[in-house]
Amino acid sequence: MSGAAEAPAVAASAAAASVGAGSEAAGGFDVARIRQDFPILSQKVRGKDLVFLDSGASAQKPRAVIEAMTRMLESRYANVHRGAYFLSESATEAYEAARRAVAGFLNAASEREIVFTGSSTAAINLVAHSYGRGVLKPGQAVLVSEMEHHANLVPWQMLKAAQGIELRVARVTEAGELDLADVEAKLADGRVGLFAVTHMSNVLGTVTPAERLAHLAHAHGAKLLLDGSQAAVHRRVDVQALGCDFYVFTGHKLYGPTGIGVLWARLGLLEQMPPFLGGGDMISEVTLEGFLPAPVPAKFEAGTPPIVEAIGLHAAIDYVQAIGMPAIEAHERRLVDHAMARLAPIEGLRLLGRAQDRGGVFAFALDNAHAHDLATLLDRVGIAVRSGRHCAEPLHARFNVESTCRASFGLYTTEDEVDYLAEALGKAREFFR
Amino acid sequence: MFDDLRDLYQEVILDHGRKPRNFRRLEEADREGRGDNPMCGDRMQLWVKLAPDGRLADIAFQGKGCAISMASASLMTETVRGKTPDEARELAGKFRELAMTGQCPECGASLEEEMERLQVLGGVAEFPSRVKCATLAWHTLVAALDGNGKEASSE
Repeated sequence: MSGAAEAPAVAASAAAASVGAGSEAAGGFDVARIRQDFPILSQKVRGKDLVFLDSGASAQKPRAVIEAMTRMLESRYANVHRGAYFLSESATEAYEAARRAVAGFLNAASEREIVFTGSSTAAINLVAHSYGRGVLKPGQAVLVSEMEHHANLVPWQMLKAAQGIELRVARVTEAGELDLADVEAKLADGRVGLFAVTHMSNVLGTVTPAERLAHLAHAHGAKLLLDGSQAAVHRRVDVQALGCDFYVFTGHKLYGPTGIGVLWARLGLLEQMPPFLGGGDMISEVTLEGFLPAPVPAKFEAGTPPIVEAIGLHAAIDYVQAIGMPAIEAHERRLVDHAMARLAPIEGLRLLGRAQDRGGVFAFALDNAHAHDLATLLDRVGIAVRSGRHCAEPLHARFNVESTCRASFGLYTTEDEVDYLAEALGKAREFFR
Repeated sequence: MFDDLRDLYQEVILDHGRKPRNFRRLEEADREGRGDNPMCGDRMQLWVKLAPDGRLADIAFQGKGCAISMASASLMTETVRGKTPDEARELAGKFRELAMTGQCPECGASLEEEMERLQVLGGVAEFPSRVKCATLAWHTLVAALDGNGKEASSE
């Protein structure tokens, strides 16, 4: 096999070189070398070094991902699952290899448990339509939390409107953690069929205690869906160890391309669920009168899938795995500690949430500057942060704040960048005085 | 560190942003409008009282938002007071052009003095994502004058 089959090996060796060369750096993690893998990071913005602190919205891409996608397009591209010719078979093999890589990344029991979607949002909507309308019964409830991204809230609100499913919301404490007593109280009557909750808040950085939530949900007869859009980027995810029933994440936050997301669910659940989108590739037989759905996972992949994007995701997974999720987690833990130490003392700066277990996402507000004015200032000195409500409007209402700025870290973020942010925030407060 | 941002955040903008003028609810208003910038969370409510001859006798607003949106609303209320609704609409159109291009080529013809006052907000043209902060108040005013009851949005 030639062409893109080499992509994983190339990606892996590039990343391995990054790590190997950095023995002098803390924990063997050489962030300077890693940054060289990301072409976009070396550019200047408005004459300043780019300080990209918006990876939580979408991460930058390493050369290994960009090149794997280019190679696929240049040498191996055709539609998948359709052609009895060399290129189509080759593309199908690459696409299915990506599925196996995702299964390995999540430690799924079988690659058949991996459904490719367009995004995390699409994956949750798939569950809301298929499991929500096909398996849950009117009178049952879905439980979410106050810190959900709109992608894990609005689909359930739509289900509630369409299907007579009750929607319950578990509270978040002042520290920004899930109120476990409230979770238990809302599960107590046994009517919750599905508990859909974030694995890591995209605003507070809070990592939720997934294993415990799985125990709680199962003890009360509910299934657990984890929105791993943020968490899967920062930590090793083992769906079997976590004990959840559904897990979703997206490619573009994991240094992969946009347009590809993943739904993992237990095989039995996927087999029980009716198809969502109808079309080509999701059927095993069609007559003018009706159809027989294809086996899982094809049943949920109607139409031509995001083929090149799946290859890009495969390369991204190889890239982070070559560095090692534990090494990435350790690097980000140091960054989080450093950021807390540098940001907490800034006068007039309010940090949202102080969870014990958290990842590299910080939402903050200055007492004398609106989030958008602050973001404009930071942009002027090369710092990219997100401003607004970060698709989590109810959470901002919960903390009684109109909008915030959010700095989110990636594996390429440095302590110097955090220092620069802290310096800029101090000066921004003076600017608006 | 931020010296070159003084073009955008001139002292008069910071001042109006901190202490917006006409920031109050107007009882018994003849026209009322709401504006919303869903992306930023800028929100405002605006009231207009019309004189017997149809001019804008009083105008006031309340809301939350960034310095640019609050300053723009504040300056707008000062600028359109005493104007006819048509003049206010004309100013809204010209201001929109100013905010988007930084220039106001045909502004000399009429309402010159008013547009000069608003020039301080011309700096937003350099910041595409901030233009709608500056124009929200004007969208809201036009919606209020048109009296269609629809929420204005600068999206």
